[in-house]
Amino acid sequence: MSTGTPSRIVIVGAGPAGIRAAQTLVAAGLRPTVLDENARWGGQIYRQPAAGAGFSRTKAALYGFEAKKADAVHRAMAELLPKIDYRPDTLAWSCEPGRLDTLREGREASVPWSHLIIASGATDRIVPLPGWTLPGVYTHGGAQVALKAQGCAIGQRTVFAGTGPLLYLVAYQYAKAGAQVAAVLDTSPFARQASCAPKLLNQPGTFAKGVYYVAWLKAHGVRMEHGVSLAAIEGDEAVRHIRWHSADGKEHAIACDAVGLGYGLRPETQLADLAGCRFAFDALNRCWLPERDASGRSSVPGVYLAGDGAGIAGADAAELAGRRAALAVLEDLGIAAPRDAHAPDANAIEKQLARIARFRAGIEEAFAPPANCAANWPDDLTLCRCEEVDAGTLRSCIRNGFASDVNRLKALTRIGMGRCQGRMCGESAAALLSAETGKPLHEVGRLRSQAPIKPIPISPMLFDDGVQVIEEEAHDE
Amino acid sequence: MSTVTPQPLAQLVRVAETARARVSFVLDGVEVQALAGDTILTAILTQQRHVRRSEFSGEPRAGFCLIGACQDCWVCSEDGTRLRACSTPLREGMRVLTRFHTDSEMNGGGAR
Amino acid sequence: MNDTRHFEVVIAGGGLVGASAALALARKGVSVGLFERRFCGAQASGVNYGGVRTHGRSAEQLPLAVRARRVWSRLPELIGTDGEFVVSGHLRLARRDSDVDALHAWSAMAREFGVESQVMSGAAFRRRYPWVGQAATGGALCASDGQANPRLVSPGFAAAARRAGAHVQEQTALSDLSFDGRGFQMRAGDARISADWLINASGAWANTVAGAFGETVPMKPIYPNMWVTEPLPRFIQHNVGVYGGGVYARQVERGNCVIGGGRGHGDGEYAQPSTATTRAVMRDACALLPGLRDALLIRTWSGVEGETPDSNPIIGFSTTTPRLLHAFGFSGGGFLLAPGVGEVLAELVTEGATSTPIEAFAIGRFTQSSVHAALPIK
Repeated sequence: MSTGTPSRIVIVGAGPAGIRAAQTLVAAGLRPTVLDENARWGGQIYRQPAAGAGFSRTKAALYGFEAKKADAVHRAMAELLPKIDYRPDTLAWSCEPGRLDTLREGREASVPWSHLIIASGATDRIVPLPGWTLPGVYTHGGAQVALKAQGCAIGQRTVFAGTGPLLYLVAYQYAKAGAQVAAVLDTSPFARQASCAPKLLNQPGTFAKGVYYVAWLKAHGVRMEHGVSLAAIEGDEAVRHIRWHSADGKEHAIACDAVGLGYGLRPETQLADLAGCRFAFDALNRCWLPERDASGRSSVPGVYLAGDGAGIAGADAAELAGRRAALAVLEDLGIAAPRDAHAPDANAIEKQLARIARFRAGIEEAFAPPANCAANWPDDLTLCRCEEVDAGTLRSCIRNGFASDVNRLKALTRIGMGRCQGRMCGESAAALLSAETGKPLHEVGRLRSQAPIKPIPISPMLFDDGVQVIEEEAHDE
Repeated sequence: MSTVTPQPLAQLVRVAETARARVSFVLDGVEVQALAGDTILTAILTQQRHVRRSEFSGEPRAGFCLIGACQDCWVCSEDGTRLRACSTPLREGMRVLTRFHTDSEMNGGGAR
Repeated sequence: MNDTRHFEVVIAGGGLVGASAALALARKGVSVGLFERRFCGAQASGVNYGGVRTHGRSAEQLPLAVRARRVWSRLPELIGTDGEFVVSGHLRLARRDSDVDALHAWSAMAREFGVESQVMSGAAFRRRYPWVGQAATGGALCASDGQANPRLVSPGFAAAARRAGAHVQEQTALSDLSFDGRGFQMRAGDARISADWLINASGAWANTVAGAFGETVPMKPIYPNMWVTEPLPRFIQHNVGVYGGGVYARQVERGNCVIGGGRGHGDGEYAQPSTATTRAVMRDACALLPGLRDALLIRTWSGVEGETPDSNPIIGFSTTTPRLLHAFGFSGGGFLLAPGVGEVLAELVTEGATSTPIEAFAIGRFTQSSVHAALPIK
């Protein structure tokens, strides 16, 4: 980066990672642009209800044990506002070298960048089962957002199913808020969770909270089952009950009108992909992640990755990684890091992140999604919700020898071609391909991201009076 | 096995923050009430159990992720504007449709 | 040499041209080896617009186009699937009255080749096409044209070739190509291959093979930009283009609209779409098809295509090497033609000649003196 060129630092995502990155850069005297798709900063875990609408719950009510951290993150961002170019309600839908394309309230704008910090966060990891597309089935994250941001439970009587620490947290939050939790069905065996305790004790505070949620649920009579396998969610036009098998193989059913379903989180990596970052298969997370070093630098000079958007590690890690990525930007710009007795330096951050990584390894092991589900998916199970492509269609294509790679499978069966661009089905497609071909997950390919990373209306394209005319020689018929 | 009887008419249940101002809007031609600060998805699903129907099977959908990732909650306003229900705030007087325009409405484009 | 595998014909490139040639030859009992360095039908053949269009083609292309169109009608019989081919007709819009005149002129010319198109304008045009915007004053309909799904058709030909007995090998690049006076020698990955005939059907990369035999052509890579919308209620009844080009659009049975126009970027190997192009093309598309205005775009892409100075392909015998055939450089118009080109290539191999006129596509038209100074011919 030549010293004569003004730097334009852009941060995508105003969750804990993006906020701490912005804070670090501002402390060093810079003025980053912060883009966020939501109306208010905080990301998902520290999501705030809409302003000015009369929401009145306290932070303690909204965030429980995390209230102090949430508040600190919120205040940090509030203090930054006069010193940054903050653009909420802004979707970054494409990325090219040096430029992001964005959409805000029906108008599009190009945002140039010299340094890009991608803090794009995560969504729930999904394992489909019959009935998962029925009204009433939501992800754990979705169930949390309904409660936190809208004051709603996803149903009158909810079963929480799947696995992961979020399973217990959201069930606890619901029960505490007075919503009826019919059961918590954990596909992970309890014994496995117990055996992971040593790794989990790398974050004793977090571990203790997890133990607390479980104990609280038990004390309040919420039914909890471990080592279950989920059979189907059923109902005519919406959820009526969920069928499942206990560890001893017996079949059960629980009446409910909502199911919270999830198996941990998966990073949102589409912008990193469009930015040209190199990806590698991460065995622990069972998915492809953009490569980053301990500082958060990606394989592309000028592109940095922080938070759950590059690998699931939780909100505390996101705050640290956001700051570390900003320090990397400063190093690369030849600007001295801000002196701050309260904020950890690069070495301290990396040590702490390594500790958290050991904890995360324990989480992934304790709450691993059930293995070999794909082999048992019925042919009529919808894998791609957007395009309604079922498992049988994929199997037929694979067994006829037409596809041994997930992009090929997409081209031939349409899986991943719908509005969600494979967020909800990409891993299912890979899992089925792996099960059918016998190839390990990392050898069946990675679904390539394509712009726009979320659907955009055509109409914003029509406003720009400076639009170029198609060059003469490009007038194909 | 007991079932939830009678079947609920709405999907989402308000368990907190019910003291907010009322907002009215039009859903599939019928005026209904919601609360200030609701997303379109919340406003619809506190009335009924679906926000759209799959264009292929016609099966009902009610969103899934609620954070703008799954793209399963797109509705539109009566003027044709697409709205992602979980991430769009409800405004007073909005006229929302849970299904697309019909063929004849698509043909009216010539006059625009 | 018993460690060299021999074929009567080796085809370099598993796109639609190579695959349809492989099928046509295998059906005639010829031993064929088709080699594709990535996946069959996944390059331009698999990511193009999907228009099956004779409409608007030049007189020199029409005989080949008409022949190819006949093959399209036989897809289920030939490759076991219809590839979602629909005879939707092609509507070529006119932006101004002089364009309508041009449509009339083309219609008269094309009739000589057995292609019918009906020109409309004024009130009759408006009544018939309420979904076409004010930016069009008229149009011509070629009812025999249509559209198909390139993602299914192109690999489908390769699969059919394999079933018909062709050796089809993906993820295998050919290298060290030479002619030893009697036949062709080459490497396919690690293996040694020999052939009596070599067909160069390697698309945008065909100059690599052509260059091995001393006859590169002035072909440059272009990156046509494509988009697809969410599924919409049916309103675009034909495959739509516009006289003078710049935008084309079709609606598939599931309701998505596929839109093409302008250029993305690329490096010769891979292509990326362009936002600037999106703005320009969407304005045009919405002026012509206003029903698109509120639609959501869900994906954009581009691909690598080879374009020649006169936008005509190179088809026919090499000028330097016996039994070397070239078939590439389709300049964005290859999807309709390719199944016909396959049959033509098979005829050239088995009979030495073809009934379809292809002189206009001779590689020799790009002589040494014009190789580096080629001007676009309009």
